[in-house]
Amino acid sequence: MLEINPGLIFWTIITFIAVLAILKKVAWKPLLTALTSREEQIRTALQQAEHAQTEAMKLLEENKRHLAQADAHAQQAMREGREMGERLRVEIVEKANANARAMVEQAKDEIRRERDAALTQLRGEVADLAVIAAGKIIDANLDVNKHRQLVDNVINEIRPS
Amino acid sequence: MNFLAFFTSADTTHVAAESAQHAAAAGEHHGEMSVSEMFKHLFEHVQDSRELELPFIGHVPLPQFAPIEIGGVSLDLSITKHVVFLWFSAALLILLMVLAARANRKNRVPTGWGNLVEVFVKFIRDEIVVPNMGEAGLKYMPYLLTTFFYILIMNLFGLVPWGSSATGNVSVTAGLAIVAFIMIQFSAIRAQGLGHYLAHLTGGVPVFLWPIMIPIEILGLFTKPFALCIRLFANMTGGHLVIVSLFGLIFLFKSYLIGAVTTSFVVAINFLELFVAFLQAYVFTMLTSIFMGLGIQAGHAPHDEHAEHSH
Repeated sequence: MLEINPGLIFWTIITFIAVLAILKKVAWKPLLTALTSREEQIRTALQQAEHAQTEAMKLLEENKRHLAQADAHAQQAMREGREMGERLRVEIVEKANANARAMVEQAKDEIRRERDAALTQLRGEVADLAVIAAGKIIDANLDVNKHRQLVDNVINEIRPS
Repeated sequence: MNFLAFFTSADTTHVAAESAQHAAAAGEHHGEMSVSEMFKHLFEHVQDSRELELPFIGHVPLPQFAPIEIGGVSLDLSITKHVVFLWFSAALLILLMVLAARANRKNRVPTGWGNLVEVFVKFIRDEIVVPNMGEAGLKYMPYLLTTFFYILIMNLFGLVPWGSSATGNVSVTAGLAIVAFIMIQFSAIRAQGLGHYLAHLTGGVPVFLWPIMIPIEILGLFTKPFALCIRLFANMTGGHLVIVSLFGLIFLFKSYLIGAVTTSFVVAINFLELFVAFLQAYVFTMLTSIFMGLGIQAGHAPHDEHAEHSH
């Protein structure tokens, strides 16, 4: 059982070398390259995934910042709008008030002027009527101008101040 | 007594030829076989032989060649049973590995058989080669993979009915150990350079101790593969001998009860054998890789020293 058979040793070595040569070509090379290339693929895929994640985080962060900025902008715009509206309102009201006051003043002036004119006219009419009445009453030959002066004086004296 | 006589005679006589005679004899008078004859018949499974036992066909004689004399050594290149199993294992291994390689090239995610083979390949690469030999060991991956799978498949053939494990023959393991020896020396010389390799044989001791040191170191080179050879052979034969002995008990005691007990034992031993088949293939590969790694790493150390000195 323990005796050495050199022929069998020879066959073993020859067969082993042949198996090694064949397997190296048809099995180990393809298997090992498949293994290493897959490992490489997995490694790069993981790296890419990690990269993508950091990128996504960055984008998210940026988006958040943009959103916050937009919010602030909107708030400010609203505040400014409100302030401006308030200011405008006050301005408009004041202007309207001023206008109204001016119109009232104008109207008052007009009224006063009209009243003065009407009074003047009325006085003239009254004087004329008075003269006519007086002439008719006293005398038709009376000096019109002299009496008219007289009556004007009287009317001026009674004009309210 | 027959039992012992068998074992003592088996070691001294030319068993291959004798067992063939006995097998023929056993075939003639099957009924009245002596215990010793029965043992011899069972023992054939472990022995090399000049004929092949095939299912349903029986014993087939194998081609014989006249021994060739080379320098006093007679080289008998006759095809024996173990040579047949050597080749049969080789053919099956190549077929299985080609299937695995093809499957893995086709599928980006390996499945089934390809995946199983890849698990072993990856284990050998990441758990055996790289830790023991470093990145430089990847060059020797094909050799170590072949060693592992070839030994494994030869081991497993011993568990198949009508099969026989070629690794249970000391000449086959010697052949494998010789290849391992060559690879160990080759990788060491390649990594260290011939000068460093030879300088290493002196063990770094003073010159007057060299006559003692060099023979010891050279002996050391041979003991490692010798251990590989004997370990694999003994492990693969041992299990078979246990099974043969357990079956022998049936014929010794001629009892059904013993038959039931031993059969259950043999089933258990068979599972152990299955484990040992994997374990021994692993151990052989592992140790070869460690021995190669020692040579390779010894080559790296002086280079590093040089680099430090130059700075």
